[in-house]
Amino acid sequence: MIGKLAMYFEYPFVRYAVIVGVLISLCSALLGVTLVLKRFSYIGDGLSHVAFGALAIASVLNLTNKMLIILPVTVISAILLLRSGQGAKIKGDAAIAMISVSALAFGYLLMNVFSTSSNLSGDVCSTLFGSTSILTLTGWDVWLCAALSIAVVAIFILFYNKIFAVTFDENFSKATGVGADRYNTLIAVVIAVIIVLAMNLVGSLLISALVIFPALSAMRLFGSFRAVTVFSAALSVICAFCGIIISIFAGTPVGSTIVAVDAAAFGLCCLISALRRPI
Amino acid sequence: MTLITVSGLSLGYDGHSIADNLNFTVESGDYLCVVGENGSGKTTLMKTLLGLTEPVAGSITFDGGLSRNQIGYLPQQTLVQRDFPASVREIVLSGCQNRCGMRPFYNKAEKLLAAENMEKMGIEDLADTCYRNLSGGQQQRVLLARALCAAQKVLLLDEPVSGLDPIVTDQMYELISDLNRDGITIIMISHDIGAAIRYADHILHIGEKIFYGTKDEYLKSGDGSIFLAGVKDEAPEDDKEEMHNDR
Repeated sequence: MIGKLAMYFEYPFVRYAVIVGVLISLCSALLGVTLVLKRFSYIGDGLSHVAFGALAIASVLNLTNKMLIILPVTVISAILLLRSGQGAKIKGDAAIAMISVSALAFGYLLMNVFSTSSNLSGDVCSTLFGSTSILTLTGWDVWLCAALSIAVVAIFILFYNKIFAVTFDENFSKATGVGADRYNTLIAVVIAVIIVLAMNLVGSLLISALVIFPALSAMRLFGSFRAVTVFSAALSVICAFCGIIISIFAGTPVGSTIVAVDAAAFGLCCLISALRRPI
Repeated sequence: MTLITVSGLSLGYDGHSIADNLNFTVESGDYLCVVGENGSGKTTLMKTLLGLTEPVAGSITFDGGLSRNQIGYLPQQTLVQRDFPASVREIVLSGCQNRCGMRPFYNKAEKLLAAENMEKMGIEDLADTCYRNLSGGQQQRVLLARALCAAQKVLLLDEPVSGLDPIVTDQMYELISDLNRDGITIIMISHDIGAAIRYADHILHIGEKIFYGTKDEYLKSGDGSIFLAGVKDEAPEDDKEEMHNDR
């Protein structure tokens, strides 16, 4: 079996998939803890639909570099959604639902009306579930992903204490002169970048899983923010790695396999915490 | 020494005022209690003092070397915090954030300050305990320690005893009085007018009639008579007060 694995790793696209998968799962887990605690679990889902809508526009316009449209549109939506937290006319969850559903519908509509490919449902399916794109990554994609991931991890470490303060108590931070709005915007931009990156890996629909599962699993077991963050990052990387390996051997779709592994890990963590409780 | 001067202040949201023409001053070492009915604007006053809400009219001036960012704040607990996975140490330390500026990590002095304030609040044994596993009174002590990290001069307390049982409530009030005796200026928002006249030295009553003055003036003025009548009618409240006086 190890021999078979070694053989697969001869192929560059398998190596690329593993590298990108591990990096993205690391980034999404880091930010996931904050998002879950801020009650923004669904922002991953909402933004990924926005990214899908933007992708549809880019496809219709026949752009060669689709990132030029997808990234700015997603970043702007993320800022608007996280900003609207307080005092907005439409509250957080409703705003996310509204943007997410309309972007999804709009994107599919555009793709349908201006279809350039003969296999429309196949295209849509692969964008939503990321079934093929991770295996068609180029060297350039991998470098871009690596650079952005390093940036995300560096930002997270440098602003770790500020992110904690703002997540735990936004009003207290504002009252004592910490620029909470600035850090909320920072979080929004970073999460948007991660989501655009993650679309290649698991596709639009399953990004939420990458964001939520590791954080929830870690929160079952640990009681300090640092331990939760470190464990969720580690767990997410392990799950993504195992998921990709399993999908190669079993021939299953990469994205769904990773999510299945994440869900299994969550079940395991629940079990451990339930067993530990009576002591 | 005057720390805060409020003159002609109108409170409200989006230009719509809910309380008009507030005038009061906070001197160093004061224990001011803000009382009033639900919806009279107590919490809005607090948010305005902290700069979270813009005043509709009037002004707030900070003197005596106090800036707005140096006010420690004990907020009411939010839903997010109740199941937040964070250790007591992490939360108390986050009160030092306003000292950091752009520096990413806490330095030794800040860690020491956090440790001192945990000791002051009697929660040093809980430093590595998860916040969500603490009792309500312990959680308030943690947030108080955090507020002390953010400011040494003035503390703003928003309903510090809501949801606490009577024994813990008394302990909390004692703790706040101790801080006041140590020279920290206290501004407290409370429904509990009994506690207000027991512990505070100045009262600000917001409502249809606005009153500001010392506790004795307040007792004579009769502005709080509806509340005060309630306090006097309830026998247990009197018992509690006697118990407190015995101590």
